[in-house]
Amino acid sequence: MGFGRYVLHRLLLVVPTLFGVTLISFTLVYVLPGNPALVKAGSLATPEHVAAIERQMGLDRPVHVQYWRYLTGLLRADLGESSSTGRPVLEDFRQRVPATLELTLASLLVAAAIGIPLGVLSAVHRDTALDHASRLVGVGGVAMPSFWTGLLLLYVFFYLLGVAPPPLGRIAADVVPPTRLTGLYVIDGALTGHGTALLSALHHLMLPALTLGFAVMAPLTRMVRATMLEILESDYVKAAWAAGLPRRRVIYGDALRNALIPVITLLGVIFGFLMAGNVVVEMVFAWPGLGHYAVTSLVTKDAGPIQSFVLFVAVMYVLVNLSVDLLYGLADPRIRLR
Amino acid sequence: MSELLEVHDLTVHFATEDGLVEAVDNVSFSVRPGEILGVVGESGSGKSVTAHALLRLIRPPGRIVRGEIRFEGADLLALPEARMGAVRGARIALVFQSPRTALNPVLTVGRQIARLYELHQHVAPAEAWRRTIEMLTLVGIAEPERRARQYAHQLSGGMCQRVMIAMAIASSPRLLIADEPTTGLDVSIAAQILDLLRALGRRTGASIVLITHDLGVVAEACDRVAVMHAGQLVEIADVHTLFKRPLHPYTQALVRSIPRIDREVAMEPIPGAVPSLLAPAPGCRYADRCARVLEVCRRERPVLRAAGASHEVACHAVEVESGTAVR
Amino acid sequence: MPWRRLARNRLSFAALGAILVVTVAALLAPWLAPYDPDEPDAAVALASVSVRHPLGTDLYGRDQLSRLIHAGRVDLLVALSATAIALTLGATLGAAAGYRGGWVDHLVMRGVDAVMAFPAFILALAITAALGNSTANVVAAIALTHVPIYTRLIRGEMLKARETEYAEAARTVGNRPHQIVLYHLFPNCVPPLIVQATLAMGFAILTVAALSFIGLGIQPPQSEWGQMTAEGAGYVVSGEWWLVLFPGFAIMLTVLAFNLVGDTLRDLLDPRMRGVR
Repeated sequence: MGFGRYVLHRLLLVVPTLFGVTLISFTLVYVLPGNPALVKAGSLATPEHVAAIERQMGLDRPVHVQYWRYLTGLLRADLGESSSTGRPVLEDFRQRVPATLELTLASLLVAAAIGIPLGVLSAVHRDTALDHASRLVGVGGVAMPSFWTGLLLLYVFFYLLGVAPPPLGRIAADVVPPTRLTGLYVIDGALTGHGTALLSALHHLMLPALTLGFAVMAPLTRMVRATMLEILESDYVKAAWAAGLPRRRVIYGDALRNALIPVITLLGVIFGFLMAGNVVVEMVFAWPGLGHYAVTSLVTKDAGPIQSFVLFVAVMYVLVNLSVDLLYGLADPRIRLR
Repeated sequence: MSELLEVHDLTVHFATEDGLVEAVDNVSFSVRPGEILGVVGESGSGKSVTAHALLRLIRPPGRIVRGEIRFEGADLLALPEARMGAVRGARIALVFQSPRTALNPVLTVGRQIARLYELHQHVAPAEAWRRTIEMLTLVGIAEPERRARQYAHQLSGGMCQRVMIAMAIASSPRLLIADEPTTGLDVSIAAQILDLLRALGRRTGASIVLITHDLGVVAEACDRVAVMHAGQLVEIADVHTLFKRPLHPYTQALVRSIPRIDREVAMEPIPGAVPSLLAPAPGCRYADRCARVLEVCRRERPVLRAAGASHEVACHAVEVESGTAVR
Repeated sequence: MPWRRLARNRLSFAALGAILVVTVAALLAPWLAPYDPDEPDAAVALASVSVRHPLGTDLYGRDQLSRLIHAGRVDLLVALSATAIALTLGATLGAAAGYRGGWVDHLVMRGVDAVMAFPAFILALAITAALGNSTANVVAAIALTHVPIYTRLIRGEMLKARETEYAEAARTVGNRPHQIVLYHLFPNCVPPLIVQATLAMGFAILTVAALSFIGLGIQPPQSEWGQMTAEGAGYVVSGEWWLVLFPGFAIMLTVLAFNLVGDTLRDLLDPRMRGVR
């Protein structure tokens, strides 16, 4: 099978998966307790009013018709309405996705910047104090609930040292957010030259990104260490060394490059971690992102946003896993050139 | 001094979770300019570790405990690591046992050779590539331009081995160490690889250390042979002497175990297994398998002694029988 | 070095000890806890660590140590039941899929794919939301998200084992399919199942805690470690650290212990995985 056919095959597989995902997200809301029409109508509504809204929302129709309406709605980018904000979910999403994206990217950066070198050094200096420390981080990191990490960081850096801002969102209350270009405050602040906003955004991003980054770092470090250990023992690394290439160049060129290829496969898992972590960490730091929105909607039993959140995460998850497979194929000639 | 390489008392230990493994024990031998020296022994006899030690490629938990490796007038074990880089690949090159795994899977084979030219001969990338193609042609690869742009997994085992050899001789080393270069190859391909090595040796004047467990390969390709058993070098002689008049009981057993069509006698397997190298007892490590074992064998390690022109053997029994024993 | 192996074993024994301590504390909570976990005492509201209250008290003056011990019961019970249910369900489905093959295999594996199309925590969150907040529903949600782990494991082992000689032998002497699966094939799958279940325990505890932390899982007045942390979260910014430190530490310690024991079991039971630590 050529790589082109492999890509095509993989792309085609996404279609039934996405279909299944919409089915599940639909079912979730269908069985969700509470009547959405009742929520929308308010507690003072008459039964006739509620029935009218039910008709308007199509809740009186058979299940398959409702599902069909849901599906066609999705194709028109109609994610429904939030009963509590009274606005289309899509609009709420547009506002909150950048916050989550900013946090996610920043944590990935933290995790990669610390986790990968730590894993490499840990493998190169196997069984030294550094290795033991990194392995401790590896096992400890996956065992620490991220809300706890976040709260501990808050205690130390906000309460004790006073170097972190209070956990109240993305930017200080008295700072005007930068003009929206990408929606990521840090990038927008830098692009528009809004120094105060940039600093304040970075300041607020610090602890949440560290918290989430730490949670993701643990599996990353473990995997990099394990693959590096394996590759450092491999014949081709020894052969490159024996051929006169300096050991440092062999480790950080040949070995590291090859060790990062299997790490690509970990991106899917990491994304799952990040999504779960986002929900919790956004709650700790009152970060106005998707996770926060989802939890608020869950508490108020607001069906539209919950459904869309679950669907959004699942679709992203599917797409991330798809890109992982394709990237892996591109990075490894053994797959690309079968 | 006529020797290209002189090894004295090379000893390599590995610290494992179970204890100290004495993988190479006081091994001494030399390699003359232009010759092919075979190193034979069962697997686990320390051949490969010796080869890696010559290039100082032993990594923790392994350690070269003592010894001297004189090459072109310098003791390699005393050289700073930075200067060792100029020896590896450039003066002494190593051909690995399994070519497929010894080539980086995500670099084209051409790139892997070319970068050695850039490294050792400081030539520009375009020139390095030109020499790479030349070298691939020299080692007998058809369509070198196309092959150079391929990856190891796209080449056959024999072709990978040719690439490995091209990598090894890229900088015209004076010494080529080939570690089981024909393992896993077809008999006919193996013969071609051996011919190639010999031809390259003659052509460049480089010496070759050919590590193998196959006495047939030795008989076919080598000038002299060193026999290793359980980390110790037990006998070294020129090929004819070794096959005609092996002295060490282990070598004798090895020679007897060669299947031969011109002899009716069935080949004899060597009794006993390779002894554990984990904290081995003092003395000769062949003692437990040896039919001619003496009391002294378990107490004292026999040392290599001359037993004729170009023939050395480390065996108490031989010493006693030939009357050269001091004690 | 032998001492290194010993040191690793010592760590595993410590982990095993930690699990034992947490389990015993949970079982004997009513007798071990120094106070009634729900008994308010306004006189000592928000008291820090002291001899009388080793882990401090909360806003209502409830003893945190007693609450912590009682909360552990919920965490362990939820994780254990979810793991047991997931294991039983997952193993059965996996055995059916692996042994029968054909459309059964297809159906089961598509179901597994659908569940695995969601990040586990998000799915657990959605299910809890859909079914409503109750302890039983949290168990169900976690169990469902864990089913694929065992299904895939058992299916893979079955596919391998089905072709082996002893399965062939069992068939030849006239054993019925369910007998072959239960008495001949299944025993081989037990070691990896134990390893997976141990590791999954840690993950289940983290999930319960996180769900309860965001207000979805275990509801007050029942206490649970994640929910205790949530109750204390607001006080971190005013310096009442003990309300957060101890329940979170209990989660970490328990999860860490399960992970370490799981890793050790894998080393012991599955020689293929040895070496990669």
